[in-house]
Amino acid sequence: MCIDPKIRTLFMALLLVSGICGVRTVGAGEDAPSLARRGELIQLLERECGSCHGATLAGGMGPSLLPEILSERDTEGIINVILDGRPGTAMPPWRPFLSEGEARWLATRLQAKDPE
Amino acid sequence: MIPHPRGAIWLLLLLLTTCAAPRGTGDLGLVIERSRGSVLIIEHSSDSVLHRIAGLGDLSHASVVYSRDGLYGYVFGRDGGLSKVDLLRGKLDKRIKQAGNSIGGAISQDGRLIAVSNYEPGGVRIFRASDLSSVVDLPAIDATGRPSRVVGLVDAPGQRFVFSLMDADEIWVVDASAPQEPTVTKFTGVGRQPYDALITPDGRHYVAGLFGEDGLVHLDLWNLDLGTKRILSGYGRGKRKLPVYKMPHLEGWAIAGEQAFLPAVGAHELLVVDTRTWQETGRVALLGQPVFAMAEPGGRHIWVNFAFPDNDRIQVVDSQSQQVVQDLAPGKGVLHMEFTPRGEKVWVSLRDEDRVEILRTSDFSRIGSLRAAQPSGIFFTVRSALIGL
Repeated sequence: MCIDPKIRTLFMALLLVSGICGVRTVGAGEDAPSLARRGELIQLLERECGSCHGATLAGGMGPSLLPEILSERDTEGIINVILDGRPGTAMPPWRPFLSEGEARWLATRLQAKDPE
Repeated sequence: MIPHPRGAIWLLLLLLTTCAAPRGTGDLGLVIERSRGSVLIIEHSSDSVLHRIAGLGDLSHASVVYSRDGLYGYVFGRDGGLSKVDLLRGKLDKRIKQAGNSIGGAISQDGRLIAVSNYEPGGVRIFRASDLSSVVDLPAIDATGRPSRVVGLVDAPGQRFVFSLMDADEIWVVDASAPQEPTVTKFTGVGRQPYDALITPDGRHYVAGLFGEDGLVHLDLWNLDLGTKRILSGYGRGKRKLPVYKMPHLEGWAIAGEQAFLPAVGAHELLVVDTRTWQETGRVALLGQPVFAMAEPGGRHIWVNFAFPDNDRIQVVDSQSQQVVQDLAPGKGVLHMEFTPRGEKVWVSLRDEDRVEILRTSDFSRIGSLRAAQPSGIFFTVRSALIGL
């Protein structure tokens, strides 16, 4: 994940450019998150998700969330886990804090081999 | 004036050696900067940063133990890195990558061994504290041959290490008196999914929290033949568990007098336990899911921080009245709290505000602030003399 502020800035700039050019790589849909919200979601991913899955998302108490693991998985399944958690494990439901569109944007981003 | 050249050299040498006044390490500590993979060497007499040491890898979940002379800090990183930091020279003395995914560590009673607990590959590895050379590996394989993540590793008197196998529901007691050939005593079926543990300051009681069931498990290290015992079973009393957005920590123990204050899992409460009987004696209602419950030195107050989304708050509980006596909002991303050895100050890391706040414990007032890049754990050298820390 973009830990380095320079990489994060670069990523935000690319997002901005892709937005201006009308390129929709991820998060297509009515309730796709705004640019500002995407920044918050990336921070949430790195900080809160990272507290269990590692700051680089390579795994910790929770499993790895790297694209090598997630790219082959069903996107809808990932969205469900994000929103409703996995009963019997430490994965909590994030529905109180995320819309379906935001969860979709996160899931698609996690699956992308090269989100930048 | 100077009688002859040799005298001048001696005088110069004397001046050079007295320039840097000698200092101890009793007021030093390390602050983890999680996003940069660096640590700050700090001193808490006048609250300042002395050095920054970079290149310590993924420190998103990091902890520290100290050599008994308080000169070296051993930093355990998330990525399996083990780094030995020289506090006085302000440099990295040695660093190894000992596993893929690590969670914490401990130093032996005699100070010669460092044990590290790992998720991947699951197990404990023991190293010489002097040069971090490998002594022995203890893969966490259960009776059926299944590997397990290891949690709740602590040191215990008798040159022992104690830890829990999260996926195998076991507790292992390792006697490392003969470090190359340690003897392992295993307790099985201790309770579902131990996730962290504490050892009491006297080194007698090992208590592991269970994620897979309502309750904790207790082991009396003075009486191993009594085996493990479930305590506080069903503390949720069938209530629907609230979601847990960050797993609580037990290692920052809060023992005040005869009472232990433990964070509940999936409930916005501290559980109060009598450490003589290990029976529940009360509960303290809190504003959110507690992460750390830490007793001030002396045990009068218990300071509690919280999981997302309440991680901008601290509540202070009076151990006598078992009531919340102070609500604090120090800033965003409160991750950790560390007290000075005699407890007049507490350092609070604010991850999302890139600073450490320093509060006076007597009146909860703010007395200072230091810049740090996404600070997480704060560890003072007073830990070098404490069992289990």
